Amino acid sequence: MNMPAMKTETATAIAAPTANTVASPVVTMTPKRPPRAEKYIKMAKNTAVQVVPPLIVIALLMLFWELVCRRAGSSLPPPSRVFKDTKELIFDPFFDRGGIDKGLFWHLSASLQRVALGYSLAAIAGIALGTLVGQSVWAMRGLDPLFQVLRTIPPLAWLPLSLAAFRDGQPSAIFVIFITSVWPIIINTAVGIRNIPQDYRNVAAVVQLNPLEFFAKIMIPAAAPYIFTGLRIGIGLSWLAIVAAEMLIGGVGIGFFIWDAWNSSHISEIILALFYVGIIGFVLDRLIAGLGKIVTRGTSAG
Amino acid sequence: MQAYLKLDHIDKTFTRGNATTEVLKEINLTINKGEYVSIIGHSGCGKSTLLNIVAGLTNCTNGCVLLENREVNSPGPDRAVVFQNHSLLPWLTVYENVRLGVDKVFARSKTRAERDAWVMHNLNLVQMAHAKDKRPSEISGGMKQRVGIARALAMEPKVLLLDEPFGALDALTRAHLQDSVMALHQKLGNTILMITHDVDEAVLLSDRIVMMTNGPSARIGEVLEVPLARPRKRLELATNPGYLKCRQRVLEFLYERHRFVEAA
Repeated sequence: MNMPAMKTETATAIAAPTANTVASPVVTMTPKRPPRAEKYIKMAKNTAVQVVPPLIVIALLMLFWELVCRRAGSSLPPPSRVFKDTKELIFDPFFDRGGIDKGLFWHLSASLQRVALGYSLAAIAGIALGTLVGQSVWAMRGLDPLFQVLRTIPPLAWLPLSLAAFRDGQPSAIFVIFITSVWPIIINTAVGIRNIPQDYRNVAAVVQLNPLEFFAKIMIPAAAPYIFTGLRIGIGLSWLAIVAAEMLIGGVGIGFFIWDAWNSSHISEIILALFYVGIIGFVLDRLIAGLGKIVTRGTSAG
Repeated sequence: MQAYLKLDHIDKTFTRGNATTEVLKEINLTINKGEYVSIIGHSGCGKSTLLNIVAGLTNCTNGCVLLENREVNSPGPDRAVVFQNHSLLPWLTVYENVRLGVDKVFARSKTRAERDAWVMHNLNLVQMAHAKDKRPSEISGGMKQRVGIARALAMEPKVLLLDEPFGALDALTRAHLQDSVMALHQKLGNTILMITHDVDEAVLLSDRIVMMTNGPSARIGEVLEVPLARPRKRLELATNPGYLKCRQRVLEFLYERHRFVEAA
């Protein structure tokens, strides 16, 4: 018997009599609660196990990058140069000198606003269409082939068409976000609706829920895990698409900021912007995942 | 006595592509008010299909189901079902699962407070009031089935339909729950139609046992009255000659005359 975790007096107290084969019927267990300090040390240890390895990897990569790009004439700046060049942008993200000469906060918030609008529209339309396709065999037969073709069109391919239709950059960018993120939401919702167990449908039938109640009380909660998978893929795709779309439409936005930095040969600014884009994409993904976790609490467990 | 629930010449044929299978043929059955009737048969004989037809979840090919002389062919709370695998909605608490049906059935006739009291009353009947805020995943299989029974009872059904309600439970929990259902039947006088494949369960609980022949084209082979006085006690019945005779009859029907033939 191995008890690596129980290296306390009680463990030895139990082990001792059995080893001597002395019949001691009851071994009094002293209630053991690790002292508070010990608990905190354990917590700190657990956190360290999570945090230290990525920190080491990042530090090593930085060092490697620094060594490779340090020599004169290197086409990309080393991290130390990046920091020196972009110090102003990092420490003052809120400046606004009119036009597109704004701090990174304003660029990012403009991009996030576009994503928020396009993605919200996609979520509403995606869940509605997905429900239709999942519920009705005829809707599926009619629409599914269309969806399967349309979803393979790259996001940017829609941009010229939407510019022609809307004659303005802003709605076009929002449309590109919408059209990029709507497909996974539709498809996952449809799968979720199709997978609702017959039992739940029977319950609804016996209770005589009307279609609206059935939608709100059975369909949405039952399909929620699938819907959130779609929503999570959707938010990732829309964040991918916004940068590319903004590079083309111009104006305020992180995408155009990157393009502008390239045109002015501010490579360090590009690197800083990429760092922010990555962090925000990560946060958005976590946000939707966390929301899904809260909403679908209990749904998956039978 | 006036027939309460009547199954009138029910046939059921399933059609898949060109193949048609006749599942049920010429089912005639009359159930009186307050009666406890079990349907027993080997698996695949269509007894669940028959229950679904009564519940209105499946349509029959010919014939009809009459409840108080009115034809019923769509599901409704007057024929509440206790499903085999409890079918509680996992995202709702125990209380909310029962409340869902109560809110629909008594939308007009009860106030909000009355509906709340009615839900609690029914949870109390099955001794589950203590777990009202738990989710189905947090309670045991027997408890889930109790909540399923409470949900059905709370709709004040004219007929309570039990679809192998104890099938998924271990033997001890099953016995306990059978006693509970017997007590509820004694107390509330519901009309109950139960599907089962357990001979002891059928004899213990029922006033009449309907034995089905093997499918395809399953028919009612025999109907056995169980002339045992109520309330019945599990332990006393074990040596009761009347009980043993009924048990013998059902066993003979199932294992001699209509032995289950495994499909090739």
